Amino acid sequence: MHSIESFGTHDGPGIRMVVFLQGCKLKCLYCHNPDSIETSGGIEYPIEDLVQKAIKLKSYFGKKGGVTVSGGEPLLQSKELITFFKRLKEEGIHTNIDTNGRILNHFSKDLLDDYADLIMLDIKHMTEDGYQFITGKPNKEISFSLAKYREDSGKKMWLRYVLIPGITNKPELLHALGEHFKNYKTIEKIELQPYHKLGVHKWDALGWDYKLKDTRENTKEELEAASVILDKYFREVKIN
Amino acid sequence: MEIKQFNYGIWTEEVNVRNFVISNITPYHGTHKFLVGPSEKTKKLWEVCKKATKEERKNNGVRCVDTETISTVSAFNAGYIDKENEVIVGLQTDELLKRTMKPFGGFKVVQKALAEQGVKPNAELTELFSKYVKTHNDGVFDAYTSEIKKFRSLGFLTGLPDNYARGRIIGDYRRVALYGIKFLIEVKQADLEKITGPMTESVIRLREEVSEQIRSLNEMIELGAKYGLDLSRPAENAQEAVQWTYMAYLAAVKEQDGAAMSLGNVSTFLDIYIENDLNDGIITEEEAQEYVDQFVMKLRMVRHLRMGAYDEIFAGDPTWVTEAIGGMFDDGRTKVTKTSFRFLNTLYNLGPSPEPNMTILWSENLPQSFKDYCAKVSIDTSSIQFENDTLMRTNRGSDDYGIACCVSYQELGKSIQFFGARTNLAKTLLLAINGGRCENTGKLMVSGIDTLDGEYLNYDKVIANYKIAMKEVARVYNDSMNIIHYMHDKYYYEKAQMALIDTNPSIDIAYGIAGLSIVADSLSAIKYAKVKPIRNEEGLTVDFKIEGEFPKYGNDDDRVDTLAVDAVADFNSELKKLSVYKNAKPTMSVLTITSNVAYGKKTGATPDGRASGIPFAPGANPMHGRDSEGAIASLNSVAKIQYKDSQDGISNTFSIVPKSLGSNEEDRIDNLATILDGYFSRNAQHVNVNVLNKETLMDAMEHPEEYPQLTIRVSGYAVNFVRLTREQQLEVITRSFHESM
Repeated sequence: MHSIESFGTHDGPGIRMVVFLQGCKLKCLYCHNPDSIETSGGIEYPIEDLVQKAIKLKSYFGKKGGVTVSGGEPLLQSKELITFFKRLKEEGIHTNIDTNGRILNHFSKDLLDDYADLIMLDIKHMTEDGYQFITGKPNKEISFSLAKYREDSGKKMWLRYVLIPGITNKPELLHALGEHFKNYKTIEKIELQPYHKLGVHKWDALGWDYKLKDTRENTKEELEAASVILDKYFREVKIN
Repeated sequence: MEIKQFNYGIWTEEVNVRNFVISNITPYHGTHKFLVGPSEKTKKLWEVCKKATKEERKNNGVRCVDTETISTVSAFNAGYIDKENEVIVGLQTDELLKRTMKPFGGFKVVQKALAEQGVKPNAELTELFSKYVKTHNDGVFDAYTSEIKKFRSLGFLTGLPDNYARGRIIGDYRRVALYGIKFLIEVKQADLEKITGPMTESVIRLREEVSEQIRSLNEMIELGAKYGLDLSRPAENAQEAVQWTYMAYLAAVKEQDGAAMSLGNVSTFLDIYIENDLNDGIITEEEAQEYVDQFVMKLRMVRHLRMGAYDEIFAGDPTWVTEAIGGMFDDGRTKVTKTSFRFLNTLYNLGPSPEPNMTILWSENLPQSFKDYCAKVSIDTSSIQFENDTLMRTNRGSDDYGIACCVSYQELGKSIQFFGARTNLAKTLLLAINGGRCENTGKLMVSGIDTLDGEYLNYDKVIANYKIAMKEVARVYNDSMNIIHYMHDKYYYEKAQMALIDTNPSIDIAYGIAGLSIVADSLSAIKYAKVKPIRNEEGLTVDFKIEGEFPKYGNDDDRVDTLAVDAVADFNSELKKLSVYKNAKPTMSVLTITSNVAYGKKTGATPDGRASGIPFAPGANPMHGRDSEGAIASLNSVAKIQYKDSQDGISNTFSIVPKSLGSNEEDRIDNLATILDGYFSRNAQHVNVNVLNKETLMDAMEHPEEYPQLTIRVSGYAVNFVRLTREQQLEVITRSFHESM
């Protein structure tokens, strides 16, 4: 585990306890938790202790909230998460996974099918080149397969899309995104994550080179324009 | 008395406002959509007030001051802001924002406050008070022991109301509107007849007090007459109900400049009159809102003459016109009315403001539309606070209560409080480590405490010593309180407020503590890490070296949170053993106002790693920067402090940047209302909410003129941010602003 946030408000519906796991195979250029990328490090934390923490926070979850596992990449620990989520379900707590969707195996399928009330799938880029540019890794198709798998299971899903001026915030890419997912019935909404530089100091602290230094943040109009395009394809578009 | 449009009840036979309210209230479950903006008259008046407050800020915080007249209920001629636009009239003096002398708390304080403005009191008064008239402050210092003086001057006991008025008493101002003063005088006279011998000291005192109250009621009639109002009879319509209630409150703030002068819970009461007039078609919603706006405007213009040093403990020129809004009746109905909404709406119609100190009595059973509106107002204005109605009502016994000062339950018209300021629990802990000596001066404060001489602090030994220190500090604290309240009654009795309270009410003494998070973290460090004291030649501990990790209060970690819970319970149980003047019942608060800065200054380095002189966290808050698991873990730690051990209140100040509360307004409202439900379901007692960006505060420090109404919640009340000292502003900015994203 990397850390815990007891008051997550941008990590799924309502107020959520967010468990950030350590380790991710991707290294996205804009990652705002770069200290959670390395698979070494992190803290070993007994699952039942996490469950007890969640129980203590349950009264704040209200009707919508619950627990979100984020990262890092949660699906790297799908097997452990099955145990964790199973216990949360016993306690009547809503479960959610914030994932890049690049792991589709026996464990991650079980987790998705039986224990994750919601997944938030991060769509990095609509082209393979773009995907590789942002994440440093190939095979964007795995995450699309995972989306399809979730769709076929009939269980809820949100999409997330980081809007980077000149990189992902282009009309043709947004239309491609919409076209690809417009017939999905399980997608409740798409959340647009405006690119920001709040994590840059963490890159500096790690001694890593932050390659998007010259990239600017979106203007209000650019966010609006992107939202208007996606409105045609999705039930709900939210700028986070 | 003549009763036309109201439902009957026991209230027609005896003074019983609660019964009137429960018999006549119209609970409101709808939304805020019915609310209207300010009237033209209100807008014009508010412009005058804004101009006057601007002049006040420019002129070192005081616009004008009177040096001739002792302020009493009937002193000064009628004063107006702009007569033709005022639908609710009455000022403390004949001029807006004029401050006056109330010398019975202490004449030297008045002299000093005036000297700071470059003026002197009238020569005759000076002679009278120097030679012939004794004040509360004179009396206290005649009786103080050298031990109390030592504890006071070295900062173990701080902010004691021994040279300023104690406040905290809430007159049931509604009584004047409901019954008229003539009837109230008759009731008090009947009470006086019944107070008979044997003439023990307490019986004699009570007879004298009731006589004073009757005199004060007559003075209130005089006060009304100056404005052409006949307060001897009950109010007959909504406008009069608001006006009469305000006049009763005005009488109190003309006579007393108590630290806190709460209003009570008038909005629900006034709603009954407003509903009647609306239903009869006598007034419109615009007029209803106009009464409330103008009443609130008057409350915002209340001023007291304070000396600069007052700012250290009570910064920002507060008056604590605390109004409790909402809550539930014991019968399961809500106390929320349309007028609850109208009061909150003044924060839009007149803009944000620290006064009146609007306090939402929160219950999970409040109408959802009201919860959402409260959350919205809190997010938009950072001007309101929240308290746990269910917890207080069920533990304390009445559903008709106000909030005294900042956070304290007080049944209206039936009980009062003796304000007790607070003791420095962190300094008390240092006594345990320094053989009972003051860590700064080396003076022996408490005897019978072993000197600790090992290389590392031993937890069991520290705790054993700490218990002795707490017991002794409690004893001295109690002695000081008995003297203070005896003298306050004798020389500065609150006759106007007490006239509006039942004869011989029950009394809570409100002790307090500061430094809770420091104590909890220090004990945790000693218990779970290794703490090496660094001692000087005299053997006094001047610093600490911590080896290893320890759990910190504010992370929902029972290992340390129980240390905080026990510290509160232990000190409270010591206080409970001591008898109090007038048989007052001991209660205790974890509350600092803004004095956490001053306390920090007077406290040496502590075993939690806090350096000497650094401010404490306010109230029951975790120390800033030590809560690493986010906002809710922090709230949960505070919620563990037991209300039964701290019945005067447990103050928590929660600051968050808007973005972290949610990505849009709807989410923010939803999330805040959900947090409040969650927090209070865990039996927490109080929370201040600030929804602000740090950048706004930093900009306000540099450009105060652009932020005249920027309001921020501090421990238990709110202040105009620009009226804090620079040091206090910086302290507010360095606090934890929850900003997970």
